[in-house]
Amino acid sequence: MISKKIYLLILAFSISILTQAQQTPAAKQSKSILILNATAHLGNGEIIENSAIGFVDGKITLVADARVIRLAAGAYDVTIDASGKHVYPGFIAPNSTLGLVEIDAIKSSDDEDEIGAMKPHVRSIVAYTADSKVIETVRPNGILMAQITPRGGVISGSSSIVQLDAWHWKDALIKENDGIHINFPTTFKRGGTRFEPGNIEANKDYSKQILELSSFLSNAKAYLGESSKERNLVLESTKGLYDGSQTLFIHANEEKQIIDAVQFTKESGIKKMVIVGGYEAYKTAELLQKNNIGVLLRRVHEMPENDDHDIDLPYKNAKLLTDKGVLVGLENSGAHERMNTRNLPFLAGTCAAYGLDKEQALQLITSNTAKILGIDAQCGTLEQGKDATLFVSEGDALDMRTNKLTNAFIQGRMISLETHQTKLNDRYKTKYNQK
Amino acid sequence: MKKILLLLFFSFLLPKTYAQEYFPNNESVQNKTSNFTAFTNAKIYVTPTQVIEKGTLLIQHGKVIGVGTNISIPKNCTTINLDGKSIYPSFIDIYTSFGIEKPKATTERNPSYDTNRSGFYWNESIRSEVNAYQAFKYDQTKAEELLKAGFGVVGTHVPDGIARGSGTLIALNNFEKKDQLLSDKVTNHFAFTKSVTTNQSYPSSLMGMMALLRQMYYDLDWYKKGNSTTKDLSLEALANNEKLVQIFASEDKLNSLRAAKIAKEFGLNYVLKGNGNEFERIEEIKKTNSKFIIPVNFPEAYDVSDPNQANQMELKDLRFWNQAPTNLKVLADNGIIFALTTDKLKKMEDFRPNLLRAIKYGFDKTKALEALTTIPAALLGKSNVMGTLKTGSLANFVITSGEIFDEKTVLYENWVQGNKFVVNDIATKDIRGNYDLTINAEKYKWKIDGEITAPKSEITTVDAKKIKSKLTMTNNWISTVIKPNDSTKTSFTRLIGYVEDTQNLSGKAILFNGNEVKWSAVKTSPFVKAIDSSKIEKNNMIIPTTFPNVAFGNLKKPTAETILFKNATVWTNEKDGILEETDVLVKNGKIASIGKNISDASATVVEAKGKHLTSGIIDEHSHIAISNGVNEGGHNSSAEVTIQDVVNSEDINIYRDLAGGVTTSQLLHGSANPIGGRSAIVKWKWGAPADEMLYKDQPGFIKFALGENVKQANWGNVNPTRFPQTRMGVEQVFTDYFQRAKEYDLAWKNYNSTGKKGKGKAPRVDLELQTLAEILNKERFISCHSYVQSEILMLMNVAEKFDFRVNTYTHILEGYKVADKMKEHGVGASTFSDWWAYKFEVNDAIPFNGPIMHNAGIVVAYNSDDAEMSRRLNQEAAKAVKYGNVSEEDAWKFVTLNPAKLLHIDDKVGSIKVGKDADIVLWNTNPLSIYSKAEKTLIEGVVYYDAQKDEAQRVAIAKERSELIGQLLQEKNKGMTTQEPKKTEKKEYHCDTLEE
Repeated sequence: MISKKIYLLILAFSISILTQAQQTPAAKQSKSILILNATAHLGNGEIIENSAIGFVDGKITLVADARVIRLAAGAYDVTIDASGKHVYPGFIAPNSTLGLVEIDAIKSSDDEDEIGAMKPHVRSIVAYTADSKVIETVRPNGILMAQITPRGGVISGSSSIVQLDAWHWKDALIKENDGIHINFPTTFKRGGTRFEPGNIEANKDYSKQILELSSFLSNAKAYLGESSKERNLVLESTKGLYDGSQTLFIHANEEKQIIDAVQFTKESGIKKMVIVGGYEAYKTAELLQKNNIGVLLRRVHEMPENDDHDIDLPYKNAKLLTDKGVLVGLENSGAHERMNTRNLPFLAGTCAAYGLDKEQALQLITSNTAKILGIDAQCGTLEQGKDATLFVSEGDALDMRTNKLTNAFIQGRMISLETHQTKLNDRYKTKYNQK
Repeated sequence: MKKILLLLFFSFLLPKTYAQEYFPNNESVQNKTSNFTAFTNAKIYVTPTQVIEKGTLLIQHGKVIGVGTNISIPKNCTTINLDGKSIYPSFIDIYTSFGIEKPKATTERNPSYDTNRSGFYWNESIRSEVNAYQAFKYDQTKAEELLKAGFGVVGTHVPDGIARGSGTLIALNNFEKKDQLLSDKVTNHFAFTKSVTTNQSYPSSLMGMMALLRQMYYDLDWYKKGNSTTKDLSLEALANNEKLVQIFASEDKLNSLRAAKIAKEFGLNYVLKGNGNEFERIEEIKKTNSKFIIPVNFPEAYDVSDPNQANQMELKDLRFWNQAPTNLKVLADNGIIFALTTDKLKKMEDFRPNLLRAIKYGFDKTKALEALTTIPAALLGKSNVMGTLKTGSLANFVITSGEIFDEKTVLYENWVQGNKFVVNDIATKDIRGNYDLTINAEKYKWKIDGEITAPKSEITTVDAKKIKSKLTMTNNWISTVIKPNDSTKTSFTRLIGYVEDTQNLSGKAILFNGNEVKWSAVKTSPFVKAIDSSKIEKNNMIIPTTFPNVAFGNLKKPTAETILFKNATVWTNEKDGILEETDVLVKNGKIASIGKNISDASATVVEAKGKHLTSGIIDEHSHIAISNGVNEGGHNSSAEVTIQDVVNSEDINIYRDLAGGVTTSQLLHGSANPIGGRSAIVKWKWGAPADEMLYKDQPGFIKFALGENVKQANWGNVNPTRFPQTRMGVEQVFTDYFQRAKEYDLAWKNYNSTGKKGKGKAPRVDLELQTLAEILNKERFISCHSYVQSEILMLMNVAEKFDFRVNTYTHILEGYKVADKMKEHGVGASTFSDWWAYKFEVNDAIPFNGPIMHNAGIVVAYNSDDAEMSRRLNQEAAKAVKYGNVSEEDAWKFVTLNPAKLLHIDDKVGSIKVGKDADIVLWNTNPLSIYSKAEKTLIEGVVYYDAQKDEAQRVAIAKERSELIGQLLQEKNKGMTTQEPKKTEKKEYHCDTLEE
């Protein structure tokens, strides 16, 4: 059971909740914490049945089998007995627009898509609303980090990676400008006009559009290569792609698109690329594996593209790729994507139902994603030296029956699991108890 | 030769001979004759089945005077010897828009709700006052195309709108204008297409069009009885045209069933204009007992040479390409009476090759001829004047070299009303054969082959060296250029000559030096058509039609089985709760027994140890499997429309729902207007036609909606002008409509009790008010889309004022705020587990909503409103456990028994109870778990989804795809024209989808 100290801590939170519209970010970890006896899912495929997970100053200091190690009494300031419970590394939501849009239908709350086609200079992070009410509702399901990604255009702009308990965007940053996103031309497009939509037919401009993209980038490369007198901020913003500090995220789903995208990246001299979407990536798995290209697989809970596709193709896609040695993470863009972020764990659960083992499925939203985003030295698993961004759940966190968080920590700070929604729940429980 | 010239001369004059007498003549002097023309020694198809060998056809004044073997030929007669030739009645196409200019589309983009017309029906897509004969302008060029294809008479109409007005009948007489119009009004046209000329919003959906047609017929009846105080030329035209042939362009197999349904309701007899996919639902098509007009516009082969592109094609499109040429055969085999039409052909030249293709795929030739002659004539009620060559008929006929549907046959002439139109010169002699050619004493071998009208030349020297040559032939003059083999030289030799005797050709040769000498050629052997065996087109293997005819369709409609599930964990949803290691017997479509150690000798035993057996999932709020529009948002009330009209039995999402354990859904109208349309409650009997999916005697439901959608808050830039624009207005819409419905109901009740006997006039039938009156009379339930507490209270308030109860609030995301009031009112809730933040009105939506309402004693269901989520509703139920600590047993009822209760079908489904329908699902594990999968889904004892069979289906699909791609590649190799791969966009409907 929860120790008294923790209880007090929670109480302190509850009091602060009553006075705040949003959840108050937790203070820096000041006391060392030990989570004892939980089944630890390390996020790297391993499980420790009776675990001891300790963390100090925001970093994990201990990951061990509680039956084997001996701990001096009082080695940790706070001990949480999590017997029968499960502990997980915090889940990561890549390709997310959390904090960029508050309410889908309200344009004035929408900052996800700047106008223009080639906009690598546009940065999502400056529009990121750290105290969005939507964000606080995804944390209680275990999602503690996200890659905030701009949308639209051919080159959408630059994304950044954040943790989800912060006062403002600077406070939230894990990695600023981690990557640039490209919506790769599609081989098929919708014909007709807005008023009379036609069939979906071959995109005759496909090659031309790729050419436009590659000449934009080769132009950028040329600009970066020599010290030009005039500064070009647009081209300059692609610098990270060439020095390896930024990843190129290519959003592509069709087999041909993916093959062309790989070739395109090689020719551009860009160091690191990732496929986002990847509906047909399983058909190009060998190419992706050989070139060490990860895939952020699009929303698992979706319909197959064609009537005659296997009805569970989206469900088993992660298995198909994993079996061929491709590094796969899950992303959740699509309809209602912000509020739906909280269902990310269940996307992984479905991948387990359709072929992967549960620990592999867990990797899809933890260590694999961290590797793909290039933050694996810092997050993604329960390993010594990494951020203490983790949570305790009463049961299997990939199954909605049992995903019930009791504690969550971001960089060692125990965060509130209250939300705008739990407050309303409490309010109306009170209402009906008044009678 | 002279005879031919004379004949040409006469035939030119013929038309003038019977110009109408009272027309002034400013061309020349009166030149009137009563001459006859006789066609002798021909094989005459008087009708498709009455054939005269070596007969005579005698015509005069554009009509058949006699036909037979013993016809005496009058003295003032031109005789044409057609020995070896055949005569057929020329074709009739009763469904064209020949000579009609395409109506101009409105450029107005802003919606309009009321009509801009005066003196016509209130809806601008009802254009029954339009008369094709007034819009018609004879199109000489198009006529020639039709004449070349063998047509003599066409029906034409203005193809615009839902009621399109009258069609006219035109003879393709390119010579005499006055005789072109055969009949001013012969047909009356309808279709499921809005007029392009109007920006009126209503109807915006197929179901709206069906409702509009029904209301139009009721209004017609009422108008005819003299009830209207306003003049309505549309209804008057409709009344005047009632006796005409009523043609309904349904343009699709399912739409044909829909049009036939309206016809049946109003005692009408539509001739249905299909689109070529009738074979896919032939049983149901046959049951309509309708006659049809069918096009021959088969899809061109897809160019699948790029595998990446081919990959994107839907199997059903590839399959349809393969099967489409069999449509006519299937229709004929099923005894369906149909005429053929050239409608929708890309070009008129495709008519014959396409028809021949259908014949190759088994369409009977006699039936083909009937479909082009006697049947269209009979459909028009004009069998005595056209479609045959019986005495008294129009002299409309074609002369051919042989059997009309033989590939080699040449169509020579097409006579219309006794006027000759030359397609190919009949006098052209067949010079094909092998000749010994002598030019200026030099000997050559000359082979002439190719077509009679386009012969080809091949000249060789005696020592078999080829010499280049080119032969042309016009009016039996042959002209051949012999080219030097050295192409840099200009030493051509030219042969010309007039063909008199095809055994001996001769003429003048002009040598390269300008000298003229004689040439002659003596036939040594006749022409034998060389058959290149590699070019013989073999019929493609035809893919069998499945039910429905899409991927994962069944070859045979599945039937009910007796199945015994052994040792399952059974979620009864009854007092027994969850039973471990229990047997369930399914027999005769019902749950026959539940218990331990059940046995039944006739049953297939399914060992279900460790597995879970539940009743099927019921989705209270679904929009899958709906054709052309989920919203009739053209009016603020659309109570007259019903989703039952537009259930789409062919939607793959039905199968996917089954795979997710869903057996029953309520298909709801969208939420574009406060008073929406009526629902369809369906069971997902994959493969069955839509009517069999509908629950028998289903409780009546109607969708209502509140909030942002109905006040058009998120409709974008197209300026919303429809009342209401606020929640205040929404209340007024309801109050107003219910008040009117009350008055309407009273008027009818008064009429029914006294008026009928007395002199009282029947009130106007108003389908909208009639539906609303059903609510007041507690014969119809409301399922109302709702979000915020104010509006929730408002509608209950309105209902209580009118003394009825709201049955279900759907979405109801702020239900938790007024759960006590809802309980008091007695309304149920069908909500989302965890949706929010997509619009302003869901800002306070919480995932604890369902559990709070459940704890308050409200019947709570979780629904999908989304095709994808529908197949994971078991997981949604689990969220009630997660967020609200609802017990697993109760949470499961959120997607089974509770929606059954809300839909008033819990006497039949919703739990595992002896006597209830065997709508059950076998799961591999606890159905609330993310790891669970449906293994078998049964409806009334029929296994509609089986995970193992699904695996087999996938293998079959892959095999079929590769077979079809192979066929298509072969088609391209053969040089057939191909089209680029494409697919139609999938439409997934949600509450707020406004598009069709």
